[in-house]
Amino acid sequence: MSAAPLLSLNNVSKSFGGLQVISDVSFEVPAGVRMALIGPNGAGKTTIFNLISGVYIPDTGTVTFDGTDITSMPSRRRVGRGLARSFQNIRLMPHLSVVENIMLGQQSRASGLIDMTLPLGAGSRWRRDAEELLAHMGLGTFPGEVAATLPYGIRKKIEVVRALAASPKLLMLDEPAAGLNPAETANLRDFLKTISDTGTTILIVEHDMGLVRSLCDHAVVLNFGKKIYDGSTRHVQENPLVLEAYLGSRHAKDHDAEVHREATDA
Amino acid sequence: MSGYMSGILSILAINIIFAYGIFLAVATGQLNLGGAGFQAVGAYAAAYLTATFGLSVPLTLLFGVVLAGLVGVAIAFPILRTKGVYLVLATFAFAEVITGAILNSEELGGAMGISVPAYVDWYVPVIMAVCVIGFVFYVMSTRFGLAMRAIHDDEQVSDLMGVSIRGVKVVAFGIGAALAGLSGGLYAVSYSYVEVQSFNALLSIYVLLYVLLGGTQTAWGPLVGATFFTILPEVLRDALPALKTAVVGLFGDADNVAPPDESWRFVILGLMTILMMVIRPEGLVTRTMVENLQFWKKGATSARREVTEG
Repeated sequence: MSAAPLLSLNNVSKSFGGLQVISDVSFEVPAGVRMALIGPNGAGKTTIFNLISGVYIPDTGTVTFDGTDITSMPSRRRVGRGLARSFQNIRLMPHLSVVENIMLGQQSRASGLIDMTLPLGAGSRWRRDAEELLAHMGLGTFPGEVAATLPYGIRKKIEVVRALAASPKLLMLDEPAAGLNPAETANLRDFLKTISDTGTTILIVEHDMGLVRSLCDHAVVLNFGKKIYDGSTRHVQENPLVLEAYLGSRHAKDHDAEVHREATDA
Repeated sequence: MSGYMSGILSILAINIIFAYGIFLAVATGQLNLGGAGFQAVGAYAAAYLTATFGLSVPLTLLFGVVLAGLVGVAIAFPILRTKGVYLVLATFAFAEVITGAILNSEELGGAMGISVPAYVDWYVPVIMAVCVIGFVFYVMSTRFGLAMRAIHDDEQVSDLMGVSIRGVKVVAFGIGAALAGLSGGLYAVSYSYVEVQSFNALLSIYVLLYVLLGGTQTAWGPLVGATFFTILPEVLRDALPALKTAVVGLFGDADNVAPPDESWRFVILGLMTILMMVIRPEGLVTRTMVENLQFWKKGATSARREVTEG
């Protein structure tokens, strides 16, 4: 199955002033997979997300999505192409109700003059759509409530559903499990698997390795803006570069020695 | 109806329309301190066309609306590149340019003003105000209104959701300018006289206060704000002397009370403004409040239904 990948980054670099944040990163996201983008704090994961979604434009390199070069496409056009994302810190619109936030997520599918000037009242098909999506995702109980008043875990999920309302081909999630307890995280994993089963490709930035391993089969690891690993999640913790990035060089050697000792003992 | 009452109703209706004009800009996160400029455009368009060409009132009002709207869209493009306090200053400067230009124009009467050979009774502004209220409530219920509110909350996320930030802002600003122009046209034909001094900075500040203190989250805000701050000084006109008499009466000498100075009304108005900013920083009417009122109403009916069923 070596069809054209859904998303590919080719030799992308980005610096802010004199600080090189991303250097020469390339990777591919095949259609239909669940893939993780991991790395220590400050490795450049969120910057990669911003480069893909168009918040930043790369200094060099290209971003290709679904067969089109989107490197310099305006950010607001990308969601219409099927590229939706959530944010590291919840960025729901605090003064909008849950269902209105979801309807905002539909924007890329409804930006014509008629859709913009028809009311979104009780009879509107967009509102019905949004309510159905919420109910389908198990969030049907509070469509009318203002987002700011809801608990953290619920808001995190609503943000995922808002991204989903754009009917994206690729769903990019920035630390969806941050601040969730183990039960909520397990719940989120099942939720994301449900989404993935409908054919949506998922690219996720996450620190919770338990979630990463149980959800994704493929991971890209970044450290100091460089790609240091690109492969299966099963073997990611055996890679010396990854160990060094997370534990420091000395501890990585200790860990290595330990593994060897275990191997020789056995 | 007494002349006093009809005068109040006219100015109330004009203020409400004016407030909605500013509201549309503020609801997208753009503080517009140039209200008086747009109102002056509408007022002078109506006054000039009536005085010089003898056009009928509906026609001159229409011209005022269209002209103010066009001016609004034309300046929206450059002005919206500025943000925050710079946007406020830019809109403020725009209003100064307009009034300065009028003041220096022989054709528009300069400092003398123009007297308008037309007059409409109080019900015309009132009917127009009702239409404008309906219109703004409609706009806020559409996807365009949703986009406006989303931009107010978070521009970057709205952009990533596919909202055309520039487009929505320019259209909202332009429609707002047109409404401010309508309020100006109605002012011209209600008072039969326009002079540029009445479109001063204080007016821009007042109308922005109506909107901010009324609340910018729902279309109820400007209605409540404009009504409250138009009626309050009038209520105080009678209430204040009565209050002073009562207080002095407590100490016995109620017969020889001099009425309090007029300026006390504005002291109280200023105090109310500060108090409201402290107590309700998001405005008198907030989204949650409207929600709760609806919930309460719904709750009441369903409770009643339970009672009748049970």
